[in-house]
Amino acid sequence: MNHWLILPILLPALVAPLIALTMRYDIVLARIFSLASAAALLALALILTGIAHDGTVTSYLLGNWAAPFGIVLVLDRLSALMLLLTAVLAVVVLLYSIGGWDKRGRHFHSLYQFQLMGINGAFLTGDFFNLFVFFEVLLIASYGLMVHGGGRDCVRAGVQYVIVNLVGSSVFLIAVGLIYSVVGTLNMADLAVKVADVPPGDRALLVTGALLLLLVFAIKAALVPVQFWLPGTYANAPGPVAALFAVMTKVGAYSIIRMYTLAFGDGAGDLAWLAGPWLMPAALVTLLLGMVGVLASRALGQMASFAVIGSMGTLLVAVSLFTPMAMSAALYYLLHSTLAAASMFLIIDLVSERRTGFGGNIEVAPRFAQMGFLACVFFLAAIAMTGMPPLSGFIGKLLILDGVRDADWAYVIWAVILLGSLLAIVGFARAGSTVFWKSRSMEGALKSSRRPVVLSFVAVGMLLSGTVFLTVFAGPVTAYLDKTALQIFTPSVYVEAVLGHVWDK
Amino acid sequence: MEFIVASSIAMMMAAGVYLVLRAQTFPVVLGLSLMTYAVNVFLFATGKLAINLPPVINADAAGYTDPLPQALVLTAIVISFGMTAVIVVMALRAYLESGNDHVDLSAPDQPISKRRSS
Repeated sequence: MNHWLILPILLPALVAPLIALTMRYDIVLARIFSLASAAALLALALILTGIAHDGTVTSYLLGNWAAPFGIVLVLDRLSALMLLLTAVLAVVVLLYSIGGWDKRGRHFHSLYQFQLMGINGAFLTGDFFNLFVFFEVLLIASYGLMVHGGGRDCVRAGVQYVIVNLVGSSVFLIAVGLIYSVVGTLNMADLAVKVADVPPGDRALLVTGALLLLLVFAIKAALVPVQFWLPGTYANAPGPVAALFAVMTKVGAYSIIRMYTLAFGDGAGDLAWLAGPWLMPAALVTLLLGMVGVLASRALGQMASFAVIGSMGTLLVAVSLFTPMAMSAALYYLLHSTLAAASMFLIIDLVSERRTGFGGNIEVAPRFAQMGFLACVFFLAAIAMTGMPPLSGFIGKLLILDGVRDADWAYVIWAVILLGSLLAIVGFARAGSTVFWKSRSMEGALKSSRRPVVLSFVAVGMLLSGTVFLTVFAGPVTAYLDKTALQIFTPSVYVEAVLGHVWDK
Repeated sequence: MEFIVASSIAMMMAAGVYLVLRAQTFPVVLGLSLMTYAVNVFLFATGKLAINLPPVINADAAGYTDPLPQALVLTAIVISFGMTAVIVVMALRAYLESGNDHVDLSAPDQPISKRRSS
């Protein structure tokens, strides 16, 4: 057995309590351990990407209980890709928070490690009850991170966030129960094998379970009509936490991709591709709503949150077609939008803490420290977010437009994506020119008590260079993502790797 | 028995949803607890209802009930217990910091003293 698979979960699970118990009062030591753990996770993600690179699917039996009876972890190209993305983001955001955020409340670093453990676990697990458990791990850590540093609005937004997710967890359990009562398994690969054999009388229960599960993943992915929690949460969360949360919506998208290609794909008989007809309209509305929100926002944090909603819409439009070409485009856009959104949240955090008294409000205010530099990076991040050339957002949107070309609704999708992009461009241009350009003409300057920290600029630079990397190496990256998408659409490889016997549909 | 179990799940769930929609933290916490109880009983029922049958191997057992839902319920109870503790602490903190117990972010803020007199 390949023991590398358990390490991305085990390492943060061990480091987190270690930090909480032995380094509560020593921030330097906590920073060292946290950063070392994040760097090790990055190395592990690279190793796992190397293992998955040749197209093999590796499964790991926890406690050596044979699948489908025990819990399995499964590594394929998609999960390796998500692990790598998480690890990169984790290192960069951690560097940013070491610039001062982690001292504003307690236990930042241990919560951060628990959060990483939950995210990595959700990407690796091959069992959908275990997926629920890892969702809860990442959520409970995110509740702590969300209210880190405190403040009235932050805690109130946190309460709302917790309530929405607790309701989501209840729905998740109901869905798991419904599917288990009909199929009698919790293993995703085993589910894929058994879905086609469900007697017609029980099929309604199975469909209800599957669609309730889609609803839960939609809550995580902030899809209309369950997107309302996101703007309040992300806009009120501390900057670096919001940046890390950029990957949390992608956990929802990942779960949708995993569940509805593996278990409800071609092998599911009558139930094949049952998510598509629900996902597509919801994603289109999400896209438009997000971009209109960008235009209507009155604060920078709110604007970036709506941009995240819009980008999730764009991403899931491509996913909902369930074709290899569109899926590959969606994965490229997923990588891009995570990095772009994270850099946007970090830049907005830098801007808001310099504008004493004005915060992130989109209104004319006196000049502030490092205004020229921040205007430049805001401009770059806005170019990335809205999908203008030359950064990777443009390539991502182009790939998606190309990928949906053969769909029935191609014209509608094109129109919505292009209109959404226009709205986003206008929204970001308006915000940027108010905050940076018009403010230049104001007399005086704002004094901020916080000293500039080099590390935070380094973190922003790293994220932006990530989007530059995706642009420059778009060829090799898309070639790899094409192979990933092909693997997603041949679930038999996954099923055989987990169950150990050949699956004939 | 199926009818009693099903209708009790439905009643608990309905009451839970109603309370969650009250948009004040105390009813919401109660509602969430009721919802998790309903979910726990529901999960228990997914392994088919049986009376007086053991879930684990036993030499003189006439038959077995499905042990897996019981394990799931155990996990779900532990998680929901932890989550309830988290939400109670956070709701209390939000009440102390903002002076009211509205869940809605846009609700007008009233000082505690005014709320008590009204």
